[in-house]
Amino acid sequence: MSSTRMTDERNTRSSPTAPPILSNPPASFAQDSAPPEVDAAPSAIRDFLRKRGSGRLADNSFAAVMLLCACSIFAIVLFIFGILVIHSRPSLVQFGWKFFTRQAWDPVMGDFGALPFIYGTLATSLLALCMAVPLALGVAVFLTELCPRPLRAPISFLTELLAAIPSVVYGLWAVFVLVPIMRDVLGPFLVKTLGWTGLFSGPNFGVGLLTASIILAIMILPIISSLTRDIMTAVPNSQREAVLALGATRWEMIRIGVLRNSRIGIVGAIMLGLGRALGETMAVTMVIGNHPNIGKPLFAPANTLASVIAGEFSEATGDLYLSALIEIGLALFLVTIVVNAIARLMVWAVTRNAPARVH
Amino acid sequence: MNFKVIAASVLALVTAGASAQNINGAGATFPNPIYSKWFSEYSQLHPNVKINYQSIGSGGGIRQVTEGTVDFGASDVTMTDAQISGAKVKVMAIPTVLGAVVPVYNIPGVNKELNFSGDVIADIYLGKITTWNDARIAKDNPGVNLPANAILPVYRSDGSGTSFIFTDFLAKVSPAWNSSPGRGAAINWPVGIGQKGNEGIAGMVRQSPNSFGYVELIYAVQNKMSYGSVKNASGKFVKASTDSVTAAAAGAAKNMPADYRISITNAPGADTYPISSFTWLLIPTHSTDPNKAKALADFLGWMLDHGEAEAVALTYAPLPKPVQDMVRKTIATVK
Repeated sequence: MSSTRMTDERNTRSSPTAPPILSNPPASFAQDSAPPEVDAAPSAIRDFLRKRGSGRLADNSFAAVMLLCACSIFAIVLFIFGILVIHSRPSLVQFGWKFFTRQAWDPVMGDFGALPFIYGTLATSLLALCMAVPLALGVAVFLTELCPRPLRAPISFLTELLAAIPSVVYGLWAVFVLVPIMRDVLGPFLVKTLGWTGLFSGPNFGVGLLTASIILAIMILPIISSLTRDIMTAVPNSQREAVLALGATRWEMIRIGVLRNSRIGIVGAIMLGLGRALGETMAVTMVIGNHPNIGKPLFAPANTLASVIAGEFSEATGDLYLSALIEIGLALFLVTIVVNAIARLMVWAVTRNAPARVH
Repeated sequence: MNFKVIAASVLALVTAGASAQNINGAGATFPNPIYSKWFSEYSQLHPNVKINYQSIGSGGGIRQVTEGTVDFGASDVTMTDAQISGAKVKVMAIPTVLGAVVPVYNIPGVNKELNFSGDVIADIYLGKITTWNDARIAKDNPGVNLPANAILPVYRSDGSGTSFIFTDFLAKVSPAWNSSPGRGAAINWPVGIGQKGNEGIAGMVRQSPNSFGYVELIYAVQNKMSYGSVKNASGKFVKASTDSVTAAAAGAAKNMPADYRISITNAPGADTYPISSFTWLLIPTHSTDPNKAKALADFLGWMLDHGEAEAVALTYAPLPKPVQDMVRKTIATVK
C-alpha cells in the first residue's frame, strides 16, 4: 500500500534519484486507492536502492579515499623525517649519532651536541607534568562529581578559556608576574622549606628551569583537566550507583567507579599535555634563561630543543651550524616519538592484566 | 612639495601595474627602522620603484642574497672568506650607517652613570668578576658606592649582529676572551642568562636587580635607558653618541679596504666610542636584471645625498665624508 504510493510520488518528480519521502500528507494518500502498478517492489527502500544502481563503485572509491587520508599521515611524518635527515647531513656526517650525547654547543668553534637541550626539554616537561597532573585531576573530579551545578558552567568555561590563550601571552605574563614572584617570594620560600634537598641551591634570579616548568604546567593544566572532565562525564551513572549501592563512600565511588573506569582516557589526556609541553617554544624561551646546563639546581638557567631552534635559526651562518640546528629539530622529533612510545607501553602495562571496568 | 607627493602617489596608483619595479631585500634587524623610513620615502619620490625589506636577521640576509632569493641583503656582520667564496651570487658590501652597542645595568641605589673597561666587561661575562663591589669595577668608578651583590650577566640568546659587535670588541681587548669563547653572532657564553632580542635584554635588566647587559644604542635612547661609558683605545671613558660613533668610523676611514670589510671596534682616537660598527647592504655585483641593478644604484645615490642626513634623527651615525665619497665610486660600478 504505502510502496505504491511511493512509486507514484516519485514518478511525478523530475529527478529519479531523489530519495523517497516517507511521510506524506493525507491528501495524496487518498489518490492511492487504485494502484497502477501491481508488481511493485516489496519495500520502498529496496526499490529505491535498486533503481539507483549498484553501490560497489561508490563504496570502493569511498574506501580508497579514506585509505588515502590515513596514508597521508604516514606520508607527512615520513616527509618531515626525511627532510630533517637530509638537511642535517653535514652535522650527521661530522658528529655521527654521538651528536645526541655530546654536551658542547659552540657556534664559533663549530662544535655541537644536543644533550643539554634534550635534558632541558625532558626536565621542564616532566616537572610540569608533576605539577599539572594532580591539579588537573583535582579540577576534573571536582567538576564532574562534587561541583554545585551553578558553578559548573563558569569553571568549565574558564578552564577552556585558559587553553585558548596564545603562548606568547603566557610568556609575557611569566616575564612580568611569575619571574618577580619566583625571585622574591616563591624562591626564598622553597630554599627555606626544601633547601635541604639540594635542588634549590645557588643564586635565584627568577628565571630558570623551575620557572619554565611552572609556566608549562599552567599551560597544560587546562588541556589535561578539560579532557579528563569529558572522559569522567562519559562514565555511565550506573557505575557510580552500583558502587554506592555496595556501600562505598563518596571517595571510594570516585576511585573505583570513576577514576578506574577512565584511567586509559586520563593517560591519553596526560600524553596530549606532555606533547604540548615538549614542543612549547615561545613562553619557555622567555623565562628559561637560555643557557645550556645539565644537572644544575632548579633555579639555574637551562635551554630546550625548541627554544634553541627559535633563538638561533635566523642568524645561523655556516652550513654546519644550520644543519646542527636542524638536527636539534630531528632530536625533538625523536624525543617526542620515544616519550610517546614509553607512554603507550605504560598504558599497556597498566591495563594488561586488569580489565578497564570492575566486573 | 606636498602636492607633488600626492600627485606622484596618484600617478603611482594609476601606473603601478604597468611599470612598477619591485625590489625585494632581507637581512639585519638593527638598521630596520632607518631602512623602512628610507624605502618608504624613496618609493613616494619614485613611484615606479617599490623596495620591500624584511628584517629576518643578518645571517638570513647573507644566506638569501647569496642564494639569489632576494635582490639585495643587509648585514651587521662582515661576510667571512668562506661565505664569499661559497656564494652562488657574488655580492658587494656597501656601508650605509653606523651603530653602537652600549652596556646597561640595574644596581639598586646607584644612580650615577658607570664607567667600564673592556677587560672588566669581558671578565664579567667570563665569570671572573662576580660581584659589583669587585676592586676592578671600583677602580673605574671612584666615589661610587657599589653593593656586594652578585652580578647577573644577561646576553642575547638569539643569534644577533649586536652580539657580534659586542663580542668582537671583547675579543680585541681581552686575550682570554679571544681564545674562548671568541667572537660571533651566537657564541658559547660561559655564564649568565640569555634573553631574546634587545627588548628581552632590556626587560630583564630593568626588572632584575644587579643585572648587566648590552643593547643597541638606538634601543637604549628610544627607551630612555641609562647606559655606561666604555674605555676606548686611548684609555678615555667615552659615552656612546652619534658623534663618538662617527669619530670611530672617521678614524677607520683612512684604512678602509675596497670591500669595506672592516671592524671599527676599539678604534684609535681620543673621542671614539669603542663598541661601534658599520652596517652594510649586500648588492649583487652582476645582477640578472639590469633594471633592478640600476634602480638599486639610484637608490644608493639618493641615500648618500639625502638619506644620511635623516639617520641622525633616528640616532644612527651617518657615514663620514671620506667613506661617502668612496661609496659613491663603488656605486658607479653596480651593473
